[in-house]
Amino acid sequence: MKQFFSFVTKEFLHIWRDKRTMFILLGMPVFQIIIFGFALTNEVKNSKIAVLDQSKDAASVSLIQELDASRYFDVQQNLTSYKEIETAFRKGKIKLAVVLPNQFDEDLQHINKASVQLIADASDPNVASTLTNYATAVIMDFQNRITSNKKLPYSINVETRMLYNPQLKGAYNFVPGVMAMVLLLVCTMMTAITIVREKEMGTMEVMLVSPMKPQMVVFSKAVPYLMLSAVNIASILLLSVFVLEVPINGSLTLLVAESLLFTLVALSLGLLISTITDSQQAAMFIALVGMFLPTVMLSGFMFPIENMPLPLRTFSNIVPAKWYYIIVRSVMIKGLGIMGVWKETLVLVGMLLFFLTVAVKRFKIRLQ
Amino acid sequence: MSNDIIISATKLTKRFGHFTAVDEITFDVHKGEIFGFLGANGAGKTTAMRMLCGLSMPTSGKASVAGFDVYKHNEDIKKNIGYMSQKFSLYEDLTVRENMQLYGGIYGKSKAFIKDKTQEIVDQLHLGNEADKLVKSLPLGWKQKLAFSVAIFHEPGIVFLDEPTGGVDPVTRREFWNMIYEAADKGITVFVTTHYMDEAEYCSRVSIMVDGKIEAMDTPAELRKRYNAPSMDEVFLKLARKATRSE
Repeated sequence: MKQFFSFVTKEFLHIWRDKRTMFILLGMPVFQIIIFGFALTNEVKNSKIAVLDQSKDAASVSLIQELDASRYFDVQQNLTSYKEIETAFRKGKIKLAVVLPNQFDEDLQHINKASVQLIADASDPNVASTLTNYATAVIMDFQNRITSNKKLPYSINVETRMLYNPQLKGAYNFVPGVMAMVLLLVCTMMTAITIVREKEMGTMEVMLVSPMKPQMVVFSKAVPYLMLSAVNIASILLLSVFVLEVPINGSLTLLVAESLLFTLVALSLGLLISTITDSQQAAMFIALVGMFLPTVMLSGFMFPIENMPLPLRTFSNIVPAKWYYIIVRSVMIKGLGIMGVWKETLVLVGMLLFFLTVAVKRFKIRLQ
Repeated sequence: MSNDIIISATKLTKRFGHFTAVDEITFDVHKGEIFGFLGANGAGKTTAMRMLCGLSMPTSGKASVAGFDVYKHNEDIKKNIGYMSQKFSLYEDLTVRENMQLYGGIYGKSKAFIKDKTQEIVDQLHLGNEADKLVKSLPLGWKQKLAFSVAIFHEPGIVFLDEPTGGVDPVTRREFWNMIYEAADKGITVFVTTHYMDEAEYCSRVSIMVDGKIEAMDTPAELRKRYNAPSMDEVFLKLARKATRSE
């Protein structure tokens, strides 16, 4: 026990003396949450649009006002001819153009049928389809309002409810993602690097000659990073609840327990990486390319896995972050209990056992 | 006589694939001796030493250290030895005192023991003002002397030194050897590898390894006489000329 404490103290001193790394480790989650929360958002807000109103009657003017008033759009330009649409797009100032034909009001009143053309800049297809969806929704609202006092022969009233995230906030999506990313980065990369650093420096040799058990050396290295991760989990959750207003709908205990499980998976991965290589650079490279990129790309946090080709979908199953991401979303956002996430939990437990067994087997008690 | 044998190796061998790094070496080291383990780079000194320390598993042969078998009682050996590796083995981002606390703790020493011993070493090395400075700020010579003090911090029966004076100036080397003598006077057996032949003269006995085999083993004086050489340097050159492999 005394050995263990001496060693853990030393590990804390290493982290404490390297202030730059320490601030990166503790500051990174805060910055990521703030950047994702306020800057990198894929929500559509106040997109600039242009309007070509050829009829300029009561109905068209009020529709345009409605578009402008919604929080999604900001009418930037009033165009006078079709040609100007192209020019406006080329200048890159607008994302969407709304064209209202001649006699918009008359058509609406007399033949009960008027058309609106939406032209979107599809160089970014996701934004284009989101914008046309929002514009359609605004137009439908408008239509419902002016027809509400008339009786239509048939009508299908579609009522949409966005479950779990009624305001369609992006934060619901990236908070779980950032948690997965930060934990992986802190645990996998830092564990791998600190163990390999001792190999590089030659101090590992001295540790292995001492009566300290090799498992103990590794275990005591993990303790400080486990604690750092706990601090990070806390700061991410506090920020997301109080700054981004993402609620924790499920049990906090379950969420923390699952996060600790994922932290252990990440630590055992770091240990595994440290047994493969003897240089700090290689360890960092493997951790970044082997863990960080798949986490960002294949956890479902940036790009939906459902839309990927089969090989990638299959491959995503071995990315631990994918399962953790599902768990955090289920517990935090949907408010599910352990019964809702037992399968994913089991996958993580399986991964932990597998990585740990391989790593401990590979960890050479006697250096070559 | 045989009772005071503290390290014993019989036909100890280590192979890496087809390469035989250490080839059936047999030797005994007596208690309190300064045993010099000499050889050119790549002769197999470090590999032999690592087998004795439990860092490397022998391929065949027998060996015991402090009465414990290297195959079976690895853990007991570790408690009884100190080790200083070729690479500098203290933590540079810890202070002198913190390093000693760490090593004392790892060897399970009490707080009082660590405190007294730390003071003793700080006084011995005249480190008074530097004790709370980071090790990386010390000059190399001091670092090496400190590393040696830390290797015998827990007062082991045997200390293994792997080329401890590499890259150190002659004055510091001299001081370093004075520390080795002091340790030997206290009854610590010193097993030291080196390729500085002047250092070989300081040893009670030396063995000279060439291509994984022990070619000669005796007191420095006896070896000089046998090979009709004025210095250990000459003895070594005569033997090492036979070497067929180099690093």
